[in-house]
Amino acid sequence: MTSSQSVSSPENGRNSSGDSLAHEIHNLTGVDPARCYQCGKCTAGCPMANEMAVGPHAMIRLIQLDRRDRLMRDESKWLCLTCETCTSRCPNEIDPARLIDGLREIAFRDHREKTPARIRAFHESFLNQIRMFGRMYELGLVIWYKTKSGALFDDVATAPGLITRGKLNFLPHGNQDIASIRRIFEACVEGKDHK
Amino acid sequence: MKIGFFPGCSLHGTGKEYGESLQAITVPLGIELAEIRDWACCGATSAHATNHLLGIALPARTLAQAEEEKHGEVLAPCAACYSRLAAARDEIAHDPTLAQRVNGILGKPFANSVAVLNIVDLLVKMAPVIKQKTTHPLTGMKVASYYGCLLVRPPKVTNCAEFESPQVMEEVVRATGATPVEWPKKLDCCGGGFSLSRSASVVRLGREILENARSAGADVLLVACPMCQSNLDMRQQAMSRRSTKPFDMPILYITQLVGMALGCDSKSLGLGRHFVSTAPATKFMAAASTPAAHTNQPTATKEA
Repeated sequence: MTSSQSVSSPENGRNSSGDSLAHEIHNLTGVDPARCYQCGKCTAGCPMANEMAVGPHAMIRLIQLDRRDRLMRDESKWLCLTCETCTSRCPNEIDPARLIDGLREIAFRDHREKTPARIRAFHESFLNQIRMFGRMYELGLVIWYKTKSGALFDDVATAPGLITRGKLNFLPHGNQDIASIRRIFEACVEGKDHK
Repeated sequence: MKIGFFPGCSLHGTGKEYGESLQAITVPLGIELAEIRDWACCGATSAHATNHLLGIALPARTLAQAEEEKHGEVLAPCAACYSRLAAARDEIAHDPTLAQRVNGILGKPFANSVAVLNIVDLLVKMAPVIKQKTTHPLTGMKVASYYGCLLVRPPKVTNCAEFESPQVMEEVVRATGATPVEWPKKLDCCGGGFSLSRSASVVRLGREILENARSAGADVLLVACPMCQSNLDMRQQAMSRRSTKPFDMPILYITQLVGMALGCDSKSLGLGRHFVSTAPATKFMAAASTPAAHTNQPTATKEA
């Protein structure tokens, strides 16, 4: 065994605390990936499977095999729409959608730079709107998203249509108790637990 | 009937006509909506896909507020909001550790006592009232009920028994006098939250949905989710470019359909706010308002 294949290499699935990916996902989601017997029903019904390099059942297989590096660099998990078809149909009640959310949570925390640029820009913009205002400010979301993703000219043709139909608000309608929203973000995202 | 109300962000923005048409039908149906004070965004996909706890705590804050206001149930008309609120309620109920954690984050007592309703739950219960109060039966209108994902899935959260073949929207359609059509893609995903970040996928998925509804003979496609509506309405032109012939399928909210049957005017139902003309739908409304079509009026005009 060469040094690059040592037990602590990412390809062997350990995180900084020495946990295997399967173990970490199990702890995070409460779903045991070892229960999957690879029937493939999740991938068969997945509306995004034909755009994914690694379909849902294959993602679960890679979790079982602790292929952390492979999963972290693959963008397929970000293509899940959480339509919950897989979760509704899984014959062993494994909840693939929850496992994929777990993968994304780990990836967003530890390997954010590997998230597809537009999807990352969207999630960061969306969460920023909530953090700032407590509610979605759609115009702010679009401007923030465009700036971050560089997709400046996407959908410029629909903007006038939204305005004439009275669907684009120019000012945010924020929460009064924004401090309670900040507390939630601090506890969940920054790990500062308030007691 | 008084019920707690969580409008969610879309009903003030891109889903404005959903909010308007919901308010319009509350009057004839005798529903009083009490908006939850200072509600916050449910976090939608971006919260649960990047931080599970955040995806639970944000909706829990609103549920706790509803509980403080003594609401036994809360109506969440947006399917995504409904799903997040119902999922938070379900997870907190089954996980005492999580419940304790959420209590700590919210900093106030929360007994998780509030039930979460979606719009179809509410309207199907009221179907007999809708039928009775229908003044403009939408006779002849063929409606494709589009459920999409989160109204029915996952069944452990939605308690939807027939999650592969639900019939509840169709029941509401029948109450308005319109005719439901059967079509296989009524449970497919429209691409949801990828509207901005991966619109090519939305166009691919939406085109398949619209083609299926069209070949089933539908005059309109019925939705109960502002994301489904904006994807299928706003992007319909792009979907047309990838189809054999252009679409002109009005994407109506279920509240707009009910409002039309109850005789609400088009403005109060926001029928002018769509990208795709709602004329193929409103022509049935116009037909119903001619005296001959009124069930409670003499129908002798045709013979003349």
